[in-house]
Amino acid sequence: MKDSATPDAVARPLPHDAARLHVTGAARYVDDIPVPANCLHLAFGLSDTAHGRIAGMDLDAVRAAPGVVAVFTADDLPFANDVSPSIHDEPLLADGTVHYVGQPVFAVAATSHLAARKAVRLGKLEIEPLPALLTIDDALAANSRFEDAPRVWGKGDAAAAIAAAPHVTEGSIEIGGQEHFYLEGQAALALPQEGGDMVIHSSTQHPTEIQHKVAEALGVPMNAVRCEVRRMGGGFGGKESQGNALAVICAVAARATGRPCKMRYDRDDDMVVTGKRHDFRIAYRVGHDAEGRLLGIEFVQYARCGWAQDLSLPVADRAMLHADNAYSLDNVRIESHRLKTNTQSATAFRGFGGPQGMVGIERVLDHVAHAVGRDPLEVRRLNFYADMPALRAGGGLSAPPQPAAASPEDISEAKMEDGLDLASRGAAAEIPAEGHPEVAAGGIQTTPYGMAVEDCIVNALVDRLAESAGYAARRQAVADWNAANPLLKRGLALTPVKFGISFTLTHLNQAGALVHVYQDGSIHMNHGGTEMGQGLFQKVAQVAAARFGVDVSAVKITPTDTGKVPNTSATAASSGSDLNGMAVQAACDTIRGRMAEFVAGLHQADPATVVFSGGEVRVGGEVYAFAKAAALCYQNRISLSSTGFYATPKVSWDRIAGRGRPFFYFAYGAAVSEVVIDTLTGENRILRADLLHDCGASLNPALDIGQIEGGYVQGAGWLTTEELVWDERGRLRTHAPSTYKIPAVSDRPDIFNVALWDGENREATVYRSKAVGEPPLMLGISVLMALSDAVAACGGPDAPYPALDAPATPERVLASVKRVRG
Amino acid sequence: MNTHSDMQAGQDTALPGPTTSKTRLVVNGTERVLEVDNRTTLLDALREHLRLTGTKKGCDHGQCGACTCFVNGQRVNSCLSLAVMHDGDEITTIEGLGTPEDMDPLQAAFVAHDGFQCGYCTPGQICSAKATLEELRAGIPSHVTKDLLANPPLSPEEIKERMSGNICRCGAYANILEAVLDVAEAR
Ligand code: FES
Ligand code: FES
Repeated sequence: MKDSATPDAVARPLPHDAARLHVTGAARYVDDIPVPANCLHLAFGLSDTAHGRIAGMDLDAVRAAPGVVAVFTADDLPFANDVSPSIHDEPLLADGTVHYVGQPVFAVAATSHLAARKAVRLGKLEIEPLPALLTIDDALAANSRFEDAPRVWGKGDAAAAIAAAPHVTEGSIEIGGQEHFYLEGQAALALPQEGGDMVIHSSTQHPTEIQHKVAEALGVPMNAVRCEVRRMGGGFGGKESQGNALAVICAVAARATGRPCKMRYDRDDDMVVTGKRHDFRIAYRVGHDAEGRLLGIEFVQYARCGWAQDLSLPVADRAMLHADNAYSLDNVRIESHRLKTNTQSATAFRGFGGPQGMVGIERVLDHVAHAVGRDPLEVRRLNFYADMPALRAGGGLSAPPQPAAASPEDISEAKMEDGLDLASRGAAAEIPAEGHPEVAAGGIQTTPYGMAVEDCIVNALVDRLAESAGYAARRQAVADWNAANPLLKRGLALTPVKFGISFTLTHLNQAGALVHVYQDGSIHMNHGGTEMGQGLFQKVAQVAAARFGVDVSAVKITPTDTGKVPNTSATAASSGSDLNGMAVQAACDTIRGRMAEFVAGLHQADPATVVFSGGEVRVGGEVYAFAKAAALCYQNRISLSSTGFYATPKVSWDRIAGRGRPFFYFAYGAAVSEVVIDTLTGENRILRADLLHDCGASLNPALDIGQIEGGYVQGAGWLTTEELVWDERGRLRTHAPSTYKIPAVSDRPDIFNVALWDGENREATVYRSKAVGEPPLMLGISVLMALSDAVAACGGPDAPYPALDAPATPERVLASVKRVRG
Repeated sequence: MNTHSDMQAGQDTALPGPTTSKTRLVVNGTERVLEVDNRTTLLDALREHLRLTGTKKGCDHGQCGACTCFVNGQRVNSCLSLAVMHDGDEITTIEGLGTPEDMDPLQAAFVAHDGFQCGYCTPGQICSAKATLEELRAGIPSHVTKDLLANPPLSPEEIKERMSGNICRCGAYANILEAVLDVAEAR
């Protein structure tokens, strides 16, 4: 059986699946699913205090309110009162103590959404305030943290290298958090079934997590709960764990009342209740030479994690794992503090800590360039990892994907009995490192955690982008323009991205699929990944179509369903198409192999010579329509259904020591942004953006370019306009788009060039493609650096460094201009 | 008219007069008669009472544009309008513009240019785009129109300004803009 030389369906710029349904309003999200007339609607009563003891709760008026059918407090929950994806520290309903403003304390089920929302406002909570820790400084002073002490990783001897360096530069940057603002808010629907079973529709990136938490809350095994997800209206990480509470309370209420129960957060509640991107402070001390070569570097990263652990440990780990970005650091020390505060529990957000770590090192390069008086791009280039020849891993041309030989491992049975949430990234702290992490041998460039950087293309990629964007000429033009314009100043910056692809909790790097071929030749495809707009379903359908040599329209995309494919990992860490594409490919190949063997037998041919292409199956001189071949197989009792499975090879590391290979490969990219600032008001705009990004051999260039543009816009928003403000009582004051500024179409630069790097993945990924979900977000860092450049242009040769914090709102830009002007 | 604020929500304020009203709407060409709470927004009337779920709720605050539809040919944020204010009005929603089998040219352009990712903002974007093109054709100036006496141009700048009330969190703006320009130029 042969692959056709050019697969029919992959590498094509097909639109998203369900395109016609989206544009006509026919695409259904959770809140659009028709529900039975007796459906109840739920709302939470929320804490108005950042930290306190619940002294009393008077819910009589709530119970008496029109339409109210049931009221739940922590005491009414029959089983686990927990929605945490990690260490069981997150009660669904507050249990004696409240830990932040917005924490769910009680829940109401009523006959309408409005009735439920009106009723919860009648609850009288008596809360005795306790001291609240709101900021990084508060938490540091109180030594309030997750894990017993900061994590420290390193390579070489940073302190000695800095001491010996001719120049030392130091500073610190504050990096704000980010609200996901998935346009579809959190939502869940629970439908009780016979025999106590429960079906959940949830807007979640992690159906298995929902299934697991609901089962715990109902005191039933996971096989009594089925979670289905057709699509989300955006996720961005905000639906990896933050949907648990809604699904669980719906299930509990459905069990208690015997009626379907639905919940969706009102937007303000959504912003107040759910976690956001972690805000960070990153302090740095760097030893360098007069050219800007980094000789030794120390980072201290402070992550504000909020009240519960959630996924904060792996987020903070990933920030450490990206403290090098694309720069080779010989002497480096990274210290990471995971601080516990009385604020929303910060959670996954596109990039998962990586962007914060990367802002840290890009800030360092910008600062060092300022200190030595050189163009930041020259200083960046001086410090890049070396490019590696474009050899494929293993040397073979198309080495078949082989899962790493699995070494059976007894993973802490005691903890599993404890209900450890194995399918969650939050389990990171609980699971011992697997095997023996491989650290690259001497002589090969390595990351601060000892992983060989074998696939580096950053020099060539940056050269090409600098060329196509006209960097050098524009650098001069910007200088000339600035010399002539006293009030407006322009800034230009090019920043690179090197982002590690794989779940850092190694065992999550697995996926399953289920594929059926029906007797009419139509194909039903299911896998563990969820669709949130990233185009995963279409990309994976293209893989299935390519394996069978049929048009993608022959492949039916079906909702993610824990009853079809079990034990799925979250659709996260950019891993969706890498993992699920491979699993679907494996399932298709099993069926294709059976079909090939059968039709080859009809013609005394070698099964290896059967070709699936153009909607046909060719064997010997004979040509069968694919449907005909399927019908023949069926009549001859050949199984046309298969599961598929994939486990990413090669990954293994020790997160405590910070050593090993956490990533299968790296994805690269770079961006040039040009901005203009008004030095009287701090207002600013992006004038032009040029992006060049590496998707390996793209499965679908149109979808990938969409991800790159969208990622850049979201990254730029994070670092410029999207500002979260909490008051001194711990209340989030920016809880709607009226006060939290999300980029609009009018913020899009007039010149916006996006191109794909035309390489292929060195590692044997699906059709040699690379993951694209998260990496482009970090292209937005170029905007922050361009703003810094514009501010620097306001000062003379001896002016201080702008030291612009993020988000670089007009206020911060203005303050920075003042600092520079002295 | 009863007002709905956080302070009063849920309390039996016992204001005089009926708390529900019979409202007649002509929705996508079909007359529909509703008996709704006076405080029901047009958006909720469409989604929850008429089961027309194509119009989306992004913020319920008039800040995101996901709920955009037409009242008597003019675009509105339906979350900011009460259903009872529209007795007798003609409402057009995304479902009324076209169907998967028979799409409006703008809908077809959004498919052709893949003008979305998650799709949640899409119905609002399309309704807003349709209104944008009609407003431009009618010569209605915008904040960025330079010459208030001439007809505003079908430029990206004009379209961006007029579509700036429709947030796309996925950042699919490039393709949205191309889809709208495509239809603008075809006219
Ligand atoms: S839902 Fe109406 S503008 Fe957001
Ligand atoms: S496509 Fe997701 S919000 Fe626009």
